[in-house]
Amino acid sequence: MTASGFRSRLTGLPDAVYVFGLMAGLYVVFTGLTVLLNFELAGVVNTLRAITYFSAVYAMVVLALNLHWGYTGLFNLGVAGFMAVGVYTMAIVSGPTNPGPAEIPGLGMSLWVGVVAGVVVAGLVGVLASLPALRLEADYLAIVTLALSEIIRLVLNSTLIQEVSVFGVTFGTGGATGLTVQNNPQTPVTAFFQSWPGSAITDMAMAIGINRPTVVEGIGYAIVLGAVVGLLFVFVRRIATSPFGRVLKAIREDQVVAAALGKDTRWFKIIIFGVGCGLMGLAGILWYGSDGYINPLSFRPNITFYVFVALIIGGAGSNTGSIIGGSIFASVLFYLPQFLEQNSTPVLDGIQSVLGGSTATPQTVIDAGGALVGLDLTAFLAYCFANISSLRFIGVGLILIYLMQRRPDGLFGHRIETAASVPLTTGDTDE
Amino acid sequence: MSESSDEPTAEPVLAVDSLEKQFGGITAVEDVSFDIQPGSLTGLIGPNGAGKSTTFNCISGTLTPTSGTVHFQGTEITDAPSHVVAEHGLFRTFQIARELEEMTVLENLLLAPPNQLGESLIYAVTPGLRQRVQKQERELRERAWELLERFELEHLAREYAGSLSGGQRKLLELARALMAEPSMVLLDEPLAGVNPTLETQLLEGLHELREEGYTFLLVEHDMNVIMNHCDPIIVMHQGSILTVGTADEIRSNDRVIDAYLGGDR
Ligand SMILES: Nc1ncnc2c1ncn2[C@@H]1O[C@H](COP(=O)(O)OP(=O)(O)OP(=O)(O)O)[C@@H](O)[C@H]1O
Ligand SMILES: [Mg+2]
Repeated sequence: MTASGFRSRLTGLPDAVYVFGLMAGLYVVFTGLTVLLNFELAGVVNTLRAITYFSAVYAMVVLALNLHWGYTGLFNLGVAGFMAVGVYTMAIVSGPTNPGPAEIPGLGMSLWVGVVAGVVVAGLVGVLASLPALRLEADYLAIVTLALSEIIRLVLNSTLIQEVSVFGVTFGTGGATGLTVQNNPQTPVTAFFQSWPGSAITDMAMAIGINRPTVVEGIGYAIVLGAVVGLLFVFVRRIATSPFGRVLKAIREDQVVAAALGKDTRWFKIIIFGVGCGLMGLAGILWYGSDGYINPLSFRPNITFYVFVALIIGGAGSNTGSIIGGSIFASVLFYLPQFLEQNSTPVLDGIQSVLGGSTATPQTVIDAGGALVGLDLTAFLAYCFANISSLRFIGVGLILIYLMQRRPDGLFGHRIETAASVPLTTGDTDE
Repeated sequence: MSESSDEPTAEPVLAVDSLEKQFGGITAVEDVSFDIQPGSLTGLIGPNGAGKSTTFNCISGTLTPTSGTVHFQGTEITDAPSHVVAEHGLFRTFQIARELEEMTVLENLLLAPPNQLGESLIYAVTPGLRQRVQKQERELRERAWELLERFELEHLAREYAGSLSGGQRKLLELARALMAEPSMVLLDEPLAGVNPTLETQLLEGLHELREEGYTFLLVEHDMNVIMNHCDPIIVMHQGSILTVGTADEIRSNDRVIDAYLGGDR
């Protein structure tokens, strides 16, 4: 009891240690991997950039989902859709009015207006979706949000609003072809590194052997994302440690009691649903927007599923857990398989030199099983690498089953993160 | 309705008129009318299934009555949702304690006070405003600890409410309602499972609070508690009100004896 009191008083401090410790650990592991694979410095650094980037974007969207599912118990299965609304709105609002040939024009506003618009529109779509659904039983929200997410994706994919003109202003989603995002969140970062004083940093990096400016720009952007995660963490933590957050928890536990204690549960649910969806829109912007090109295919429900798994790994209800779960999922379950697939030839050669066996890839799962039974681990792994994207799905499913049975609270969900803005000790001992 | 009661005093704090509640074909509550005087500790008794909890649910907005009206402090609250009823200052506890299990005992208590500044999202996250939230929470924290002391729950303050025993949950539920400083509390068997010493203390506490101006409507099956502490007493039977009166009147009422008390009294 005293230990948990102590913990709750110092939550800010040791939690930062967990997060930075995890990132440091991931950096060490991936540096080791890339060095083993004889990457040059730029490649090593770029790999670390990639895990930072994916960790950060996952952490953002998991933090947003934690407000819904972890805190309020709202089962939002439309995460991908709300991210799509955010990034498409941003792309349309801040797209140039006279882009290159065969490009679809935007509304020509500044990037910041686009970002704010993306967040606000994603939030509003969330509120509108929640209005009918929140009146009903909890399960309906899941059905409504999942359906909405698919409707959003199918509309974006269709020719419906591919390119439209309203009052002489032409804009559109690009349909199945997707949309180029010329003016995207990474643009200012890139610009910074291309002119003084940022260019000095680029030159220095080149001098020490990071010989690709895009890697330097990418690192800059990853650092910006890290800072955004930090700000977002402060924001959601303030929500969590406040009377507002206390009502959210009460809604999760028992809505009837929350209402009997005078809380207008519907109002709280609508507000938090809008806020969470807005943050998902922001995550969509910073994640997919920075690729410079968006396409409806990126927003299939499997992304929503991944985000849920990340939240469950970290522990629903814990903000620190959300960040940890986000980075573990992004680095180990999302990025690592992709990395191994891209480097399957040198990885397999390396394994073969240690274990022997054959690098010829078995064609069917039966053959792969045969290789495994025949103790030809190399051939088995070759099969795994060749089919990594479908195996990843199976693997994630297995992890989910394991967690549900053995550790339903995830890594941090068992902790008591008290919902109050002051320590709840007796007497005025704080400050 | 009332056949005999205290002299009709000031305006009733709670007025229930011709309340009816049907579940499908079953009529759980039928033509129930009564007035509750401010500052009283009124008892509500009746056999299992008499409709006591359903009456509570209809008054508190947890259920919507089929017909009839409910007025609280002169305001009609008949079809008001339960959070509005609570905002008016009418709180209730549940017969089967409904704790917010994965919230600590302290969090349960701090949840109850109405209109907290920090229930506004803007106040919760904006630096200057948040300090005002913290100031208010420090005051609430003091009151929460006082209540914990009174209900002998201090040592459990930081535990999850879900880990409390049945009796402790009942206590927490009562403490939580009092934390809101409501003008009236509907108590649905708050003493079930509470040990006798604490029960006596709690009843004394209820009388103290009553003298301070709180009003209570108490459902209880323990006849000693009802007869010694409640005045007046409302008797329900099969969804309707059988009679209303003082302990002596109830004890000598033939219909009550037949329906509820049995021949041995
Ligand atoms: N939600 C419901 N749906 C259907 N019937 C119900 C419902 N709630 C209560 N009832 C019925 O209404 C009647 C009155 O129930 P109620 O819970 O009000 O009794 P009670 O007087 O509180 O009894 P007890 O002393 O056992 O708590 C019972 O016959 C019960 O079966
Ligand atoms: Mg009952």
